[in-house]
Amino acid sequence: MGKTIAEKIFKTHLVDEPFGDVNVLKLDMVFCHEITTPTAIQDLVNRGKDRVFDPKKIKAVIDHVTPAKDSKTAMQGKILREWAKRHGIKDFFDIGQNGVCHAIFPEKGFVRPGFTIIMGDSHTCTHGAFGAFAAGVGTTDLEVGILKGVCTFKTPQTYKIEIVGTLSKGVFAKDIILKVIKELTVNGATNMVIEFRGNIVDEMNMDQRMTLSNMAVEAGATSGICLPDMTTVDYLWKFIKDDYSSRQEALEVFSRFRSDDDAVYTKLKTIDVSDLVPLTTFGYKPDNVKSVSQMKEIRLDQVYIGSCTNGRLEDLRIAAKVLKGHTISKHIRGIVSPATPKIFSQAMKEGILKIFMDSGFCVTNPTCGACLGMSNGVLADSEVAAATTNRNFNGRMGKGGMVHLMSPATAAASAIKGEISNSNLYCE
Amino acid sequence: MKEFKGKILFLDRSDINTDEIIPAKYLTEIEKTAMKPHLLEDLKLDGFDSGIDIKDKAIIVTRENFGCGSSREHAPWALEENGIAVVIAPSFARIFRQNMYNCGMLAIELSQDRINTIFNEFGKATAQISVDIEASEIVIQSKDQIKTIEFKISEFDKTLIQTGGWVEYADMHY
Repeated sequence: MGKTIAEKIFKTHLVDEPFGDVNVLKLDMVFCHEITTPTAIQDLVNRGKDRVFDPKKIKAVIDHVTPAKDSKTAMQGKILREWAKRHGIKDFFDIGQNGVCHAIFPEKGFVRPGFTIIMGDSHTCTHGAFGAFAAGVGTTDLEVGILKGVCTFKTPQTYKIEIVGTLSKGVFAKDIILKVIKELTVNGATNMVIEFRGNIVDEMNMDQRMTLSNMAVEAGATSGICLPDMTTVDYLWKFIKDDYSSRQEALEVFSRFRSDDDAVYTKLKTIDVSDLVPLTTFGYKPDNVKSVSQMKEIRLDQVYIGSCTNGRLEDLRIAAKVLKGHTISKHIRGIVSPATPKIFSQAMKEGILKIFMDSGFCVTNPTCGACLGMSNGVLADSEVAAATTNRNFNGRMGKGGMVHLMSPATAAASAIKGEISNSNLYCE
Repeated sequence: MKEFKGKILFLDRSDINTDEIIPAKYLTEIEKTAMKPHLLEDLKLDGFDSGIDIKDKAIIVTRENFGCGSSREHAPWALEENGIAVVIAPSFARIFRQNMYNCGMLAIELSQDRINTIFNEFGKATAQISVDIEASEIVIQSKDQIKTIEFKISEFDKTLIQTGGWVEYADMHY
């Protein structure tokens, strides 16, 4: 009987099976940020166990509130900074070098097909785009990960989702994942791993695959995995070129993790996206999804382009294409946050940031702040935002605020019009 | 081991997420005690007032997919700080459920029918629950009636509860 990619990764990382379907896995990477890690660090200190299992396998970044906005967030940064220093964690990204965790860690080449990765952040599933098993965990799991390099997971059940057809112009990976979440509902994949398959996924670049994997958790999934292929190898090549004689050899090694043709899946679904139109959310749950054209006269106060879902270079390029030559509506506060310094710098070089600024957007430094209402773009009570982020929970971007999730193209077009609307990249 | 008994707080809605349990703006707090006044303060639910209804409660009975969204362990901590160590629901989000057991707290899954029964028969009155982990039973009691319901708990989850959580267990074994 064949195996899925998740089963293969579990098999190669199994340390212990203490009870039934409880798998204690060896971790290849433990990622950390300044919101969920300081409490873990303090608890380790209090227990007299201020140690790390391997400083080379721990990567840390300050990304949620940066620059610090007050004494409390300054202290969270300080705790993480001093901890990284005393344990020799060399890959620690502080202000000037920092970016949104799920954008900067892949960009630095820390993710490999077949890896096991945890982080105290639910969108850790993003790294599944590389064929890794990556999962968000709480502070206690993170703490044990830091100390022992292990984490427990139940034996993976896999939900195979085949995304097939031909995508229309002006419809993007974000629209696809919103469609997937709508069909699965917010707990349709709870305790399961989603395996994204099909010709559409094969044709996607890594930025697009990361958008897809990023929101797997919004359907309840533990991880959202794309199988490693030549696209994965090409993205990683500059980091792995000394380890393999050729790209072909790297592909062969990574392909060992690809699901077997006779693998057994718990659930299967095929979604043909040939007729897919640009989508947006309308309520307080990510599965409340409608087509953009069904959203009549939703007046907006703020448009936010950024986050671990859609703050990468391709996202900014697409939004800039829509914005070029236009100014955003007078009553809109436009905010764009390139997800990493490298993306920021490249966007500057390509003239993308100038297009944003000329249209009336404010360009902020790389940070997660606005997405979860912590900093850099918090909504006031009863305000409405269009955002390229991942959660539309009640109050998510600020108490009493409403968030509509959408692609960067739709967000840019909505900023110009002042209300939710389709971009000119999409022809009805 | 914590004590798992007390008055029930009924939250009659599915998909209550961790932003509703504890809003992100309080994630800048490093001390768990700071979570206490903010539990469920953003939850919009007819007739629910977090300032009044949480007081003296020890157990939450709710609907599907409780604890979805963010991985923040601040959600169980906020419950714990308010004396709530048990949540009973038809299903939980994975990370929230794991966080509960990792903290030595109980996330008990009962069938949809059982949950409906508890809501219907006890939801209107003041009721309390006591959990017997060894017997895998919960006993629900109101002024008028007593009901015993079995639940399933894995050996691993039971061990986590009995050892006080995952840090202690992992440190002993790995």
